[in-house]
Amino acid sequence: MANNRVLVVGGGLAGLAATMKLAELGVPVDLLSLTPVKRSHSVCAQGGINSVNDQTRQQGDNEWNHFDDTIYGGDFLQNQPPVKEMAYWAPKVIDLMDRLGVTFNRTPEGFIDRRRFGGTLYKRTAFAGATTGQQLLYALDEQVRRHEVVGLVKKYEFWDFLGPILDDNGRCVGAVAQDMVSMEIRSFAADAVIVATGGCGLVYGRSTMSVFCTGSAASRCFQAGAKYGNGEFIQVHPTAIPGADKLRLMSESARGEGGRVWVPRRPNDTRPPKQIPQSDRYHFLEERFPKYGNLVPRDIATREIFNICVNEGLSVDPNRMCVYLDLTHIPRHELDRKLGGILEIYEKFQGVDPREEPMKIFPAVHYSMGGLWVDYEANADGGLLPGSPRNQSTNIPGLYAIGECDYQYHGANRLGANSLLSCIFSGLFVGPGIVNWMKNNKAAADLPKSIFEGAQSKHQERHKKLLSQASAAGENPYLLHQELGDTMTRAATVVRYNSQLTEAYDRVTQMLERSARCSLADTGNWTNQNVMFTKSVQDMIPIAQCILKGALMRDESRGAHYKPDFCMPSLSATDPVERKKEAEKWCDAFDENTRKFLKSSVCSWNGSEPDLAYEDIDTRLLKPRPRLYGLVGAEVIEEVWKERNKAAEQAGQADGKSAGKKLVGAV
Amino acid sequence: MIAPGPEVSTSTSSSDRRPSKINVRVLRQDGPGTPPYWERHQVEYEPDMNVISVLQKIAAQAKTSEGKKVNPVAWDCGCLEEVCGSCTMVINGRVRQSCSALVDRLLEDNSAEIELQPMTKFPVVRDLMVDRSRLFHSLKRVQAWVPVDGYYDMGAGPRITRDDQEQNYPLSQCMSCGCCLDACPQFNKVEVQRQAGESDEAFEARKKGAYESEFIGAHAISQAMLFNSHPVAKSLEKERLEVLTAPGGVQACGNAQNCVSVCPKQIPLTTSIARAGRAVTFYAFKKFFDR
Repeated sequence: MANNRVLVVGGGLAGLAATMKLAELGVPVDLLSLTPVKRSHSVCAQGGINSVNDQTRQQGDNEWNHFDDTIYGGDFLQNQPPVKEMAYWAPKVIDLMDRLGVTFNRTPEGFIDRRRFGGTLYKRTAFAGATTGQQLLYALDEQVRRHEVVGLVKKYEFWDFLGPILDDNGRCVGAVAQDMVSMEIRSFAADAVIVATGGCGLVYGRSTMSVFCTGSAASRCFQAGAKYGNGEFIQVHPTAIPGADKLRLMSESARGEGGRVWVPRRPNDTRPPKQIPQSDRYHFLEERFPKYGNLVPRDIATREIFNICVNEGLSVDPNRMCVYLDLTHIPRHELDRKLGGILEIYEKFQGVDPREEPMKIFPAVHYSMGGLWVDYEANADGGLLPGSPRNQSTNIPGLYAIGECDYQYHGANRLGANSLLSCIFSGLFVGPGIVNWMKNNKAAADLPKSIFEGAQSKHQERHKKLLSQASAAGENPYLLHQELGDTMTRAATVVRYNSQLTEAYDRVTQMLERSARCSLADTGNWTNQNVMFTKSVQDMIPIAQCILKGALMRDESRGAHYKPDFCMPSLSATDPVERKKEAEKWCDAFDENTRKFLKSSVCSWNGSEPDLAYEDIDTRLLKPRPRLYGLVGAEVIEEVWKERNKAAEQAGQADGKSAGKKLVGAV
Repeated sequence: MIAPGPEVSTSTSSSDRRPSKINVRVLRQDGPGTPPYWERHQVEYEPDMNVISVLQKIAAQAKTSEGKKVNPVAWDCGCLEEVCGSCTMVINGRVRQSCSALVDRLLEDNSAEIELQPMTKFPVVRDLMVDRSRLFHSLKRVQAWVPVDGYYDMGAGPRITRDDQEQNYPLSQCMSCGCCLDACPQFNKVEVQRQAGESDEAFEARKKGAYESEFIGAHAISQAMLFNSHPVAKSLEKERLEVLTAPGGVQACGNAQNCVSVCPKQIPLTTSIARAGRAVTFYAFKKFFDR
């Protein structure tokens, strides 16, 4: 392994976790990032990180329950072994972060304090005020700096990844990147490349994501042959603060600490919120979802808030859509201790103190559940086989993807406080597999120089060509990006219709052609942000196409993907016998839909647009079951569902040899 | 998500008094070692703007207020919610993040124009972008980390009292933006230009040498105090105090207290400096008598 090197692209939680683990294993790492790694988008994560803990364990919780909540919350669209492994690692991840000095909030006795998050009934979430992502990122940044000092890690900050380098056998042996200050383009030989470049929120123009979350690095891998999975699953966070440049996140922890969402019962009620008596307040989440209340999973909360404003006309502001998120009943000192960071953000950007006045919030694009397709190798228990080079590997050998830019952990909808976990977990877990991968391959540094020079000159040509495009008649990249964002936001967020998706797909496809004709205002070769932005806009479009195509082809509703024309209805019969019959039919329809659509959508680039194929989901551990939040008749459906399962089990026991002869409901 | 239909301002203050255009004066510089120059831009006023959205418009139009075609203004930004530290610059004479600089507030102070300059204590890369690598180098010098054995599962970390967490958490919110350094009268700009034919390594070494001869600043002192109060990171206490005792250490602080007043996170930097001062004095005595 003497001259082996790994290139890590992206220095958020996932990239830093992978870097420090590889350094611990003695592997030298080149760490490449658009920004000084301490400024990565992980700093924006607020609420916390989930794991089973000593307290919840004694209340009946365990790793399996965390796994089950994650799968159920994701509407069964994840391959189960990686999710299981993550849930079982979660307590160890938090212990490690604790040892690294993360300033987690403490109980009076000095233990790590926990709060409740959406989609679970247990207090699993460890937190550091309301800046948990920032605190976790800093701890990893510090460790990586430690390895940097001894020379195991070399950082390339303000560098943009332009694409992977493949050898003649299709193995990834490095990458081409560009220094965003000097504009130098060079190749990096690497025995493995790990892409940890986060989400693609900028495809929607404004979102809760940082400006570097363009998805262009993932797109560059995609266009080089890597597959992209479940692109259509984009989480729209229920609570954000609308803004002209960005939609700022208002963490789920505000609800986890007791925040209540409400609107006045009467439309256009002009009274100030504090003068509206309790009886005139409609706590619609609490009333509709008595079990989970304000902490229903995000996809559900988002649709409810959207519905209350758009269809029921109960927005609290006549000029824009929003609802109240109310913390004013919680003592000030407690708010400051647990939520200080996010309350300051609201105060700074809105000029209103949320400790005194309810906040006005509305949903915003927040997280990409989909991303680069990655492989895994399961062990006998249905978890992952540690050290397997297949874990987190894309379909291009030697090219790995971790963190938000892989598609692996969150299915159709991510649970709050699971993202930090998946980032750190996948970062730590990928290291040993890569070490094994490198043992069996010729070192990239020993390959012929021509491979690297060829890749490099291809990117130099693209760059030169762009710089020569300065005619006033060309497209303005900034305006093109705005148009892309508007198109995507209208067609592919909370509610989706095939007519709109088709239209948006055609428009976006035209934008791909138009983006080739972008004209630059700056044609210089020093810190030219204009040309770097243009490249990323060009590369956002294939990802937008994956999102739209995936959404168009998926004629069902699942998690964050909601099509009113294709969703499972509530029960309407009132007579108990009729209702039961209806529930039987409902379950049949559910099984049929599962057979048809419980599949990952996997896109491959054909040179001008994505080709879409479906791939079966690995449901070896948990049988898919309906998600019934808020559905009328849920209890009857659940009863029928349980009866069927019981019958299926008995049939299986009675007739062991020919099991599966008629397994009702089994998939 | 953007709500369907046009967005209309909800701000309560007198929107009728607001201008239709905003004048912006930007101190530009094409690259290191080239002379800076002022340039005027004008952008359409919109409700709820911040300096980032002004700069986005300037980039899109790439034209001065006289209509002259120019290169878009370069600047650095990231999270746009004041937790990453990227977009720090000097706005109307005050060093701060441009994302949280709201246009309506700035216009209340001076309706004629908004003035944007790069940070003054760091070398300009281009326009409003500066090179803050010195600040990260200081974190290496004070070994701002917990020296754990490794990343295998070894169980939980040490028990931490709530009081200690509440003392440390504010220090740990430091986003290395550099405001405290830019406002500090003792913190001088260090700009090292690459010499012809100089190798990467030689240039880096020369830069480090230049940084280390100057005041380390409130940011790194505060981080040293944060790690000196951690039960495990404390094992490097002496090494950190050694750096803070050397020239450019804590004694270089002139007690102007600008750092604490410009810190966007209200980190008690002067408290950290006072703690560091006491620790360094004690350490120096102890070292003297232990000889």
